[in-house]
Amino acid sequence: MADRAPTVPLTTAPLPTVPLPAQSVSKSTSKPSSIPPASSLARFGDKIYGAVIFLASLSIFGIILWLFWQLTGASLPSIRHFGLSFVTGSEWDEVSSSYHVLPYIFGTLFSSAIALLLAVPVSIGAAIFLSELAPRWIRTPATFLIELLAAIPSVVYGLWGIFILIPFMKQFIVTPIVGSRLPHLPIIGELFKGQSAGYSMLAAGMILAIMVTPFITAVTRDILRAIPRSQREGSYALGATKWETISQVVIPYAKSGIIGAVILGLGRALGETMAVTMLIGNQPPNTPNGISLSVFQPGYTLASALANKFSEASPGLSTSALVEVGLVLFGVTIVVNGAARLLVFYTAKDVQGGK
Amino acid sequence: MADVTTQKPTSLQDLARAQTSAPTATKILAENVDFYYSAFHALKTINIVIPDRQVTALIGPSGCGKSTFLRTLNRMNDLIDGTRLTGKITLDGEDLYDKRVDVVDLRKRVGMVFQKPNPFPMSIYDNIAYGPRIHGLTNRKKLNEIVERTLRGSALWEEVKDKLKASAFALSGGQQQRLCIARTLAVEPEVILMDEPCSALDPNSTFRIEQLMEDLKKDYTIVIVTHNMQQAARVSQRTGFFLRGEMKEFGDTDQIFTSPKQKDTEDYVSGKFG
Repeated sequence: MADRAPTVPLTTAPLPTVPLPAQSVSKSTSKPSSIPPASSLARFGDKIYGAVIFLASLSIFGIILWLFWQLTGASLPSIRHFGLSFVTGSEWDEVSSSYHVLPYIFGTLFSSAIALLLAVPVSIGAAIFLSELAPRWIRTPATFLIELLAAIPSVVYGLWGIFILIPFMKQFIVTPIVGSRLPHLPIIGELFKGQSAGYSMLAAGMILAIMVTPFITAVTRDILRAIPRSQREGSYALGATKWETISQVVIPYAKSGIIGAVILGLGRALGETMAVTMLIGNQPPNTPNGISLSVFQPGYTLASALANKFSEASPGLSTSALVEVGLVLFGVTIVVNGAARLLVFYTAKDVQGGK
Repeated sequence: MADVTTQKPTSLQDLARAQTSAPTATKILAENVDFYYSAFHALKTINIVIPDRQVTALIGPSGCGKSTFLRTLNRMNDLIDGTRLTGKITLDGEDLYDKRVDVVDLRKRVGMVFQKPNPFPMSIYDNIAYGPRIHGLTNRKKLNEIVERTLRGSALWEEVKDKLKASAFALSGGQQQRLCIARTLAVEPEVILMDEPCSALDPNSTFRIEQLMEDLKKDYTIVIVTHNMQQAARVSQRTGFFLRGEMKEFGDTDQIFTSPKQKDTEDYVSGKFG
């Protein structure tokens, strides 16, 4: 109510006061006859507007279908030639015209997984801090900086990775781990096998983590800010501490939204090309199937393969195979996003119950 | 006095007054309380005596400061940046705003029910168990007892006993508000603050919550902010009238509604403004 208005300085922007159409407010006190009936022109305008926005939303479907159609069409020769072995085989050889992408698919998923593993805890922590704990004088500049971080072109991240991240990583991460007992442990040791030249899955994963952190943080922060104040007050009113309120009320309330934020970051990580190409090494690890669980090994992603190979591709099967790489990337993105959507759907149902 | 009482809207009220007509102990005492939102002077020199185990109603037009005052009693306003309070508020003689007071303990003693039902995004059971759990209770049997007792106490048990694991969001608004009352009871407070608890509810749910307050005041001190003057008259023993940040009049509910001393109070309770 109005007497509570000053007690609730929501940080979200106040609703703009939308001026009602003049005809509906101007003469509300006079006789109804003074309100002119809506002109047929205005009604016609309504229809035009409806049609325009319908077309706008339809265009999204159109573009996706068109893209899919073109990609499929152009990769048909390759699909016919290799069939399913295109995605299950490991060899990519221009000389023998043998094209298979399993290592690229693996590299795409592996580098993104490393990125999320590193980025999610940092992002959620940062978002909680910005939304729940930070004093105002930190909150505003920090939020601005995070949004700025999201706007840096990826080639700049790539350069920074080459000159700063890789030397740092070699000195402070790779060398100590290789010298330790970690690589000799069962199972976990697999992750740290071999020596690294720096250009590796880890370097790509770390740069991806840095690139998706601002996205996940910004979206998560907005979601936390949008949680009704009454939820927090309800918890505090029962004598809960700040941490109890955050961990048991705020986060569960935001759960599905936070997963959505992570999906957004994942989508970006899967498709990111430039920075990854600059850091991942661009060759499958030297194993029989071109797959290695070691984060120190170089790798290749679908996106970086496309970027590297397209300029040299000769017309014919080689080009067709590269278009199929694009199609596979498209498919991987759809599958991963779809799975994540399902996850959101089920957690949302879990939280909202009968709703 | 007798002729005044006959004008009271409910006979339950008379009964309650008969029981509590002896002077009761003071639970909360506010002395010269001034409150500011940054530069805005929201409460001006408020003095009030809230008696133990009675219902005290705070009435007044929108923006008069009654909710603000209510929220000073469990220091809920501490959560808002730039607020400041001067003066003294004591609970059983202890200064609420003393530096040594732990707000977490204070809020355990002074519970609050909000204007809009605000159940947590969890099951009915967990909503109630939330408070006892954060205060360290893990014993399943005891939790079960508390859930049943408080749900019975808030007249919700019969409606939800078969679906305690269902989400609290699946309940109707009135049920949610009774769940929030049960949740407040579960931490066994001494005082329950109610900030327009019925303003989002239909008449039937309102009636049930008013009945509930009758029961609760046997064990709890209740302070209710309400826009509904009939409600204040029905449920409370003491009433305070707020206007523009000042408390214009405070006294027995009977007296406020039948023979107010101030012109402003009379105008408000007779519906001339508000």
